[in-house]
Amino acid sequence: MSAHLNIDHVSMEFDTPSGKFCALENVNLKIKKGEFVSLIGHSGCGKSTVLNIIAGLYQATKGGVVLDGKEVSEPGPERAVVFQNHSLFPWLSAYENVELAVKQVFKGKKSKAEMKEWIEYNLELVHMSHALHKKPDEISGGMKQRVGIARALAMEPTVLLMDEPFGALDALTRSHLQDSLMEIQRDLKNTVVMITHDVDEAVLLSDRIVMMSNGPAAGVGEILDVALPRPRHRLELADDPMYNKYRADVLRFLHERHAKPDVPASSKVA
Amino acid sequence: MNVVSKMEDLRMFAPWVRIIKGENRREQVNVLLRTLGVPILAFALFLGIWDSAAKSVVTSLGQVPGPSQVLEQAKGLWQEYQAESVKEDKFYERQEKRNAKKLAANPDAKVKWREYRGRTTYPQQILTSLYTVFTGFLLATLIAVPLGILTGLSQTLNNAMNPIIQIFKPVSPLAWLPIVTMVVSAVYVSDDPMFDKSFVTSAITVMLCCMWPTLINTAVGVSSISPDLLNVAKVLRLSWWSKIIKVVLPSAIPMIFTGMRLSLGVGWMVLIAAEMLAQNPGLGKFVWDEFQNGSSNSLGRIMVAVLTIGFIGFLLDWMMLQLQKYFSWDKSAVNR
Ligand SMILES: Nc1ncnc2c1ncn2[C@@H]1O[C@H](COP(=O)(O)OP(=O)(O)OP(=O)(O)O)[C@@H](O)[C@H]1O
Ligand SMILES: [Mg+2]
Repeated sequence: MSAHLNIDHVSMEFDTPSGKFCALENVNLKIKKGEFVSLIGHSGCGKSTVLNIIAGLYQATKGGVVLDGKEVSEPGPERAVVFQNHSLFPWLSAYENVELAVKQVFKGKKSKAEMKEWIEYNLELVHMSHALHKKPDEISGGMKQRVGIARALAMEPTVLLMDEPFGALDALTRSHLQDSLMEIQRDLKNTVVMITHDVDEAVLLSDRIVMMSNGPAAGVGEILDVALPRPRHRLELADDPMYNKYRADVLRFLHERHAKPDVPASSKVA
Repeated sequence: MNVVSKMEDLRMFAPWVRIIKGENRREQVNVLLRTLGVPILAFALFLGIWDSAAKSVVTSLGQVPGPSQVLEQAKGLWQEYQAESVKEDKFYERQEKRNAKKLAANPDAKVKWREYRGRTTYPQQILTSLYTVFTGFLLATLIAVPLGILTGLSQTLNNAMNPIIQIFKPVSPLAWLPIVTMVVSAVYVSDDPMFDKSFVTSAITVMLCCMWPTLINTAVGVSSISPDLLNVAKVLRLSWWSKIIKVVLPSAIPMIFTGMRLSLGVGWMVLIAAEMLAQNPGLGKFVWDEFQNGSSNSLGRIMVAVLTIGFIGFLLDWMMLQLQKYFSWDKSAVNR
């Protein structure tokens, strides 16, 4: 059986003023339906590039991405993206931000009333019902990120892509949002690819953690299966030996074995 | 948010209310002195300097008018207007009676309705100027905003437009006017023209001079849209047109209004010169005619026009600021 989402031998070269820059080389990853995968790696290794290629915002120089048997060639709402800095439209309220997406995606498929219900349902999922009509600059960073997630979920994506969705938030807000995300994930069982810098976040949320080697010419360094039973609770996990072992594995990778073993020197900056 | 700005508008009344309520009187009186007393004092000082300076200069048209002479001329202009309105009313009254009589005698009679053609009065000239400047400004906006959006969207077009903008932006209306006059005379030929040529010429000159700030600001506003927002538009697969309407235009609105406010300011300044040369019957022509008249009242009347122009310019700017505040989602872009 072929994978739900197949990132197949993807390489990426950027044209820069000082010549070609090879950011990714031969990235291979197969993701199952409903799986929660995190990408972790050092800053600048190419995580966002991988995500943007899946989203269709970048075109891979070599290889490609296949979703449900179809090659990805352009961005689309079935691969909704949650960006790091919320990227809500500042002139629209929370409700209107989600509405813009819903109207575009479900044009002619849902009636007005159904759309309204669907918008409210998604904002309810992220616990934002109390601030439907507030503008982004009237709500906190965590709330903005919640609305961003609601907007992505409302597109009913096949794959939900998140680029450090909680990176800009304080620790407490972040853990609240992680809990919300686990809750939503339990109900909706989306396929999720999430980038993170946070080891705890990766272990807590993921089914698999993809650890990327350092760039240039970064690739998949190691993949860790997180076999912790769900639902997971952060407090109980704190003393769980398995949890701590996974954490230690990721940390060890990041601090010791991060370099790609066999990068030909020529491909670094060609 | 609107409530907040309304509160700010009301802030100037706060000291009065507090004084009446008896709260902290001394401090409130100080606030009042600072916010109201100082400007009034400065203005009085200005009038004083003007008065004494005016007395010491004598021109071929007599002494340079001081504040009191100018006030005198303003009153004179107002009286002329009122006298003219009375005449106009009487004219229409007479015409009405005459025609009614004719119709009573013979219901099939052809009656003529003439428009009153009296002297143009000062308020009419003000209205003509406002009408002309808004026409020019509207034309400029209609061209500059779409062009600015396209320029902001495409780096190539931006590179192409840049030299054109840089070259034409500093050109004075006096340089444009002869060309515009010739072109209008050549192109705008009609037996029964809807607009006077002088009006068209002035409006087009205003347009040529005032479109640049809007064009530049719109382009900058559009090109500085966060790439993330454009990515959202891509993920949603918005069509080109809905991307412009739903994402690009609203993002650029604060900058567009900043540009429009600058444009209207430039337009108003340029208009007076344009009217002088094009003989459009507005404030510019008024100033020119008074200068040509050279009566002993002329300098005083010109001074009235100067103050009027300044005051209207101030009102126009204030009006644009209110519009900008109302339409901008980004309140930080609204600065005085
Ligand atoms: N559009 C681009 N043009 C040129 N180089 C780019 C471009 N985008 C990314 N790069 C380069 O590719 C490499 C990977 O970038 P990427 O943004 O994917 O890293 P990242 O892992 O997401 O980093 P971070 O964790 O800091 O977000 C970096 O060295 C970056 O400089
Ligand atoms: Mg990144």
